[in-house]
Amino acid sequence: MPVMGLTGNYAVAHAVRLSRVEVVSAYPITPQTTIVEKLSEMIEKGELNARIIRVESEHSALAAVYGAASAGSRAFTATSSHGLLYMHEVVWWAAGSRVPLVMAVVTRAIGPPWNIHVDHQDIMDQRDTGWIISMAQENQEVLDLTIQAFRISEDPRVYLPMIVGLDGFILSHTRAPVDVPEQELVDEFLPPRRQPYVISPETNLVMGNIAPDDVHFLMRYSMAEAMEAAKRVIEEVDREWGKLTGRSYGGLVECYRCEDADYLAVITGSWSGDAKVAVDKLREEGIRYGVLRLRFIRPWPAEKIAVHAEGKKGVLVFDRAISMGGYGPLFSDVSATLYGSRISLEGVIAGLTGVDVKPRDFAEAMRRFASEVDEKGFVYKPREWLLPRKYRENPEKIREVARIWS
Amino acid sequence: MVVNIRKLPDKPYIMPGNAACPGCPETMGLRYVKMALGDNVVLVIPAGCSSVIQGIAPRSGINFPILNIVFAAAASAASGMKAAFEQQGKDVHVVVWAGDGGTGDIGFQALSGAAERDEDIIYICVDNEAYMNTGIQRSSLTPYGAWTTTTWTGKKEHKKNVPAILISHGVKYVATASVGYPADFIEKLQRASKIRGFRYIHLLAPCPIGWRFDPGLTAKVAQLAVQTGLFPLYEYINGVFRLSPIARRYKDPKKRVPVTEYLKLQGRYKHLLNKPEEIRKIEEYIENTWRLIEALEKTFTEEGGRGEQVFRAL
Repeated sequence: MPVMGLTGNYAVAHAVRLSRVEVVSAYPITPQTTIVEKLSEMIEKGELNARIIRVESEHSALAAVYGAASAGSRAFTATSSHGLLYMHEVVWWAAGSRVPLVMAVVTRAIGPPWNIHVDHQDIMDQRDTGWIISMAQENQEVLDLTIQAFRISEDPRVYLPMIVGLDGFILSHTRAPVDVPEQELVDEFLPPRRQPYVISPETNLVMGNIAPDDVHFLMRYSMAEAMEAAKRVIEEVDREWGKLTGRSYGGLVECYRCEDADYLAVITGSWSGDAKVAVDKLREEGIRYGVLRLRFIRPWPAEKIAVHAEGKKGVLVFDRAISMGGYGPLFSDVSATLYGSRISLEGVIAGLTGVDVKPRDFAEAMRRFASEVDEKGFVYKPREWLLPRKYRENPEKIREVARIWS
Repeated sequence: MVVNIRKLPDKPYIMPGNAACPGCPETMGLRYVKMALGDNVVLVIPAGCSSVIQGIAPRSGINFPILNIVFAAAASAASGMKAAFEQQGKDVHVVVWAGDGGTGDIGFQALSGAAERDEDIIYICVDNEAYMNTGIQRSSLTPYGAWTTTTWTGKKEHKKNVPAILISHGVKYVATASVGYPADFIEKLQRASKIRGFRYIHLLAPCPIGWRFDPGLTAKVAQLAVQTGLFPLYEYINGVFRLSPIARRYKDPKKRVPVTEYLKLQGRYKHLLNKPEEIRKIEEYIENTWRLIEALEKTFTEEGGRGEQVFRAL
């Protein structure tokens, strides 16, 4: 199997090619653009036998692949940030239809002001929609998750669309060695498309007309059940992929140095790697953290989190997004999961709008939390801010900048 | 090509249990669609009256395969469906059935995109000249002077000319039709079905509820719109324009039915029937409409009878 130097976006494109996608539609938005460019090239060169629909907006992009998927074809789109928000209505419609579909979301901050850099606000905004949401840490995982996404989405126990999240620029535009599997291997792993129904003259079905409210309620209920079922499917798929390629990631979560840790840092996405470096460094100081990296945000890996958190002194959650007036989205769910456990909890909002969080920044937050727990015995702090370093070190500067809008 | 309606298939396309209002022009139009195109059709329907007319799931009162889709995305979803059928090697007519809002307002961006990409679909705008499904609010296709629940003293702007905008997109086929003239509409559908690429049919669909007329008069009002010259029937195929045979006589203003005959049947115009200056504005609109028609005829008719050849070939 050839190892290629691939950006995260090209890893997505190769995975889409290997998954034999039949219809692609997308509207370019930074930092997703090179996915569409690469797929266009593959299709025009005949490396991928697919139709590409170069639509006029993201709303249309998802609607087009949804139309294709409803008619029975494997379909794919990709977007970021404002593009994802613009297609949000169709994100709901596609999930509610139970039509298998895969979308790459290259995470990016939301304006104003215009900002093309990474945070998780865009992807977290999709949590309630009924899409399975995964987050990769590195480019190899991007490729693996994208191929797996078709398998998971098209599993009859699931039949829900799936988002593959990869961080803007950090993964999307950074080249790394990626083992690109042979077509035969992917064909063996990924069966021909299955879906609950097809809209065509032969089937004469209607999808989406008004239903009685109680029937609609049951449709919502069955989506939630399918999300639960997806947990098992995700674990199975991860194991099977591991057998075929030697790469198994742990399913819903990956735990780094968790076993002998006193504290857990819960995190998702590419910056998990920096958190791991921080953990290694803190071990030298005798502070024992592990990193619980969430590979999936939906379905929420509650059971896994509960198991890994058991017996720990504290859990520190890093959110790269915030629900304004509330908390970090990961923190809210971790807090609900660990309710009643008497494990200390803190939510940290950091790395918003592309602000870099270095291992020493992670270490700083981890050290602070650990010492506070040791000192007080129990801590519950739902929303702490890890401001950019220069404002942490010089709070006067905050007032200077704040003058612009006050 | 002459259509003999009696010889067309007429299975129960619109069935008991559909939720259409009495005198609904949409069920009339839907029936003609299937009479013209047969069973090899999938409909894509955005939000609008036709989302409701289907009736309550898991049943449907309309005997078509239908993909319902969010308001602004009909042309895009249809583009994707068509691409999928092509990839599967199936030749299926993917037909969008959208209202004037889903076409000229909220769905306009997707429509313009699909038209520019020359997607191989048939897009039918079933134009009842307001947002009827939500309770008769004005759209950009509501005509001047019409009462709606958001224009209580009559709309102050004229109707947006969507078919002319589609001709400007350079698509393969554009036609106007009226539910008052089923044979003409069916003929146009059949001609459109023989062309590859983006095809647009603008179907006038007078709504008894929203226009405030007797539900028994839907066809009559739909005919009067043509006979008064308000709504000319025409076709544009691949660079050739022609007035439809039944509408040709109304090119001559003397042969047109006075517009007040049309207006007075409809409660939505009640407030302006005694205002000659308002009637004059509508008459001016008719004159301008025909000026554009003449310009289109002149621009898109080639010497040497190429126009007739194009039409006869289909």
